[in-house]
Amino acid sequence: MNNYELMVIFTPVLSEEDYKAAQKKYTAFIKDNGGEVVHENPWGLKSLAYPIQKKTTGLYWVLEYNALSDFNEKLKIQILRDETVLRFMATKLDKYAVEYNAKRRSGVPTGNEKVGA
Amino acid sequence: MAKANEIKYLTAIKPEKRAKKFCRFKKYGIKYIDYKDAEFLKKFLNEQGKLLPRRITGNSLKYQRKVSDAVKKARQMALLPYVTDLLK
Repeated sequence: MNNYELMVIFTPVLSEEDYKAAQKKYTAFIKDNGGEVVHENPWGLKSLAYPIQKKTTGLYWVLEYNALSDFNEKLKIQILRDETVLRFMATKLDKYAVEYNAKRRSGVPTGNEKVGA
Repeated sequence: MAKANEIKYLTAIKPEKRAKKFCRFKKYGIKYIDYKDAEFLKKFLNEQGKLLPRRITGNSLKYQRKVSDAVKKARQMALLPYVTDLLK
């Protein structure tokens, strides 16, 4: 069971409940494939740094989960089939990353703040 | 006739010493550079959004590579632009 982090950009034209429905769809997909969702963090509408598919804004969604190593392939197929997704990226989290995310969520300063200039 | 520009000072003027660069990740013990944190990554980009070299940022090799990986991931997910002007 490794921990992964998935970031998905949905098309901005997606309505609120479709956005939520899509989130539920993927979390359910993870759960019934033996994975476990650690934390879900929808950023909502954000402007993109450059237009993707002629759209300048996107609905961001970050999901931290741990799953078996062969699970990501299935997840990728699912996401590629869904055309409301502009772009997605699944990254593997090492132990420092997991600790960073946990610290970030619990409000403990992660050291980036005092880095200054 | 002493040349005009050879002004003698009583004490030799020391050239102003630049602050010693240090790797902020080693110093503050940061182990993971988050690609989602665009504000923090912008410190390592110049105005055009290009990565600053190590001699400017002062990072150690290990963390400079982690920074470049994080920046490339952020660019892929449209958090940072590939090329722009007046990024700051």
